[in-house]
Amino acid sequence: MIQLTNIHKTYKVGSKQVEALKGVTLHVNKGEIFGVIGFSGAGKSTLLRTINLLEKPTSGSVVVNGQDLLKLSEKELRHARKKIGVIFQHFNLLSSYNVFDNVAEILRMNRVPKEQIRKKVEELLRLVGLEDKASAYPSQLSGGQKQRVGIARALAMDPEILLCDEATSALDPQTTESILDLLLDINQKFNLTIVLITHEMQVIKKICDRVAIMENGVIIEQGTVLDVFSNPQQPTTRNFIKTVFDDQVPKEMLAKIKNAGPSAYILRVAFRGDAALDPVLGTLASRYPVRTNLLYGSISSIKGTALGILLLHISGEEKAVQEGIAYLRESVYRVDVVSQEEVGR
Amino acid sequence: MDRLVELLPLFYQSFEETVIMVGISLFISTLLGIPLGVLLVITRPDHLAPNKWVYHSLNVIINVIRSLPFIILMVAIIPFTEFVVGTSIGVEGAIVPLIVYTTPYIARLMETALLEVDRGVIEAYQAMGASRSQIIFRIMIREARPGIVLCLTIATIGLIGATAMAGAVGAGGLGDLALRYGYQQWDIEVMIMTVIILICLVQAIQSLGNWAAKKLKKTA
Repeated sequence: MIQLTNIHKTYKVGSKQVEALKGVTLHVNKGEIFGVIGFSGAGKSTLLRTINLLEKPTSGSVVVNGQDLLKLSEKELRHARKKIGVIFQHFNLLSSYNVFDNVAEILRMNRVPKEQIRKKVEELLRLVGLEDKASAYPSQLSGGQKQRVGIARALAMDPEILLCDEATSALDPQTTESILDLLLDINQKFNLTIVLITHEMQVIKKICDRVAIMENGVIIEQGTVLDVFSNPQQPTTRNFIKTVFDDQVPKEMLAKIKNAGPSAYILRVAFRGDAALDPVLGTLASRYPVRTNLLYGSISSIKGTALGILLLHISGEEKAVQEGIAYLRESVYRVDVVSQEEVGR
Repeated sequence: MDRLVELLPLFYQSFEETVIMVGISLFISTLLGIPLGVLLVITRPDHLAPNKWVYHSLNVIINVIRSLPFIILMVAIIPFTEFVVGTSIGVEGAIVPLIVYTTPYIARLMETALLEVDRGVIEAYQAMGASRSQIIFRIMIREARPGIVLCLTIATIGLIGATAMAGAVGAGGLGDLALRYGYQQWDIEVMIMTVIILICLVQAIQSLGNWAAKKLKKTA
């Protein structure tokens, strides 16, 4: 659906060249919710704006729905943009138009017949739950309601893609939840492809299928949300995941761990909530002569799938420990050996 | 008091002349000033139609005209005024310099009003595939309406002041009245009356402008 290839973007700030994107390649499939997370200044906003060419890359190619956007004329690009909806952190509604007209204006610009506009807008306002606010002005709405208007407006032209530029960053946690539910709902209802950027891992965790982590203008890690959460590779990724799974163990505690044998490892065990864990740990203890210690455990819902993370300290004879790890690997979603530094706080 | 009643037709005539001069020059200056203000905004770097050359030349021209006090501008462009309307005195002779004086003023005020329109809103409509002219006329100007109304209010008041000065070229109007009776004949009563009329006029216009801007602002 969206294919960005080797995108570079250089700005000129005064006499200095600033490289915002340093060769980003990204593929988003039809109907999925793809999240890009990064700290501010990581380049994620620039990346998102590249998808509809609000930001023209210095080099690279942008193919959306089979169309190479950089090869289009201005008019063709305008046409292509109509199929890419956008919602914004600060909503960007028209203050002098009421809710109905905010949604209707883009349809009027495209000369949609009046009666059709009325039907479409009413339908969209029902979808976002604002049918009783049609004649209110944006200044009379709460942040969450404003974003709902933004979503209705973005859907007015029946887009195939929805870009969300920090769409929940200005909202409180509860409102964020309800807006995310709405996004998930329209993703499923219309098979709408959604690309969102955020700095909140909660957002990724709740609705995304896949995630890319950005730092200094490059994607440092990407994969399914389940994989990235169960086995993060980069320190920045771990920092983000810490906001959801705080799988860090105090250093003093690590120092006190007793080794019952020549070999000892710390394992990060990820298990899906639908797999029973109890018998696995029980079997491990009874079948293999190893000693295990639970350092950390938590379970969280990742887009409807429960994912548990355990930190296990396992020790014993090398052979037994390796066999034990192999058994665990067969039985749960993912097992990784991690270093003390990785989990120490 | 009886004298004032006696002079009433004169006041009325002067008032009418002022209104005509302000009205005509405001109308034409607005027609010219709004597009110039739009140009001053959209030709900025990173705006809808970046064009350094247009932006900088407009800026310089506007600054040059705006540096001149009205009374000097009026005298300096007499040849131009004569070329356009065939005379440099009377109501017609005053309207040309009034327009030349007010147009850059309105352009600057329009620029300020249009810059108030949130860049994000403009970007939102760019992202939705709206054309440049749709963004200018249906988004920017519409969103800036409260600011535009206030800007025209200020321009009108400035214009009334300039019109009074136009009395110096025998343009008529309240300024001329004050100059002839109040200054040249030291007629305090007429002077005070003129001042009162001017104050009321300015008050009325400002209040009307404020009311209209508030009405357009749509805040809860």
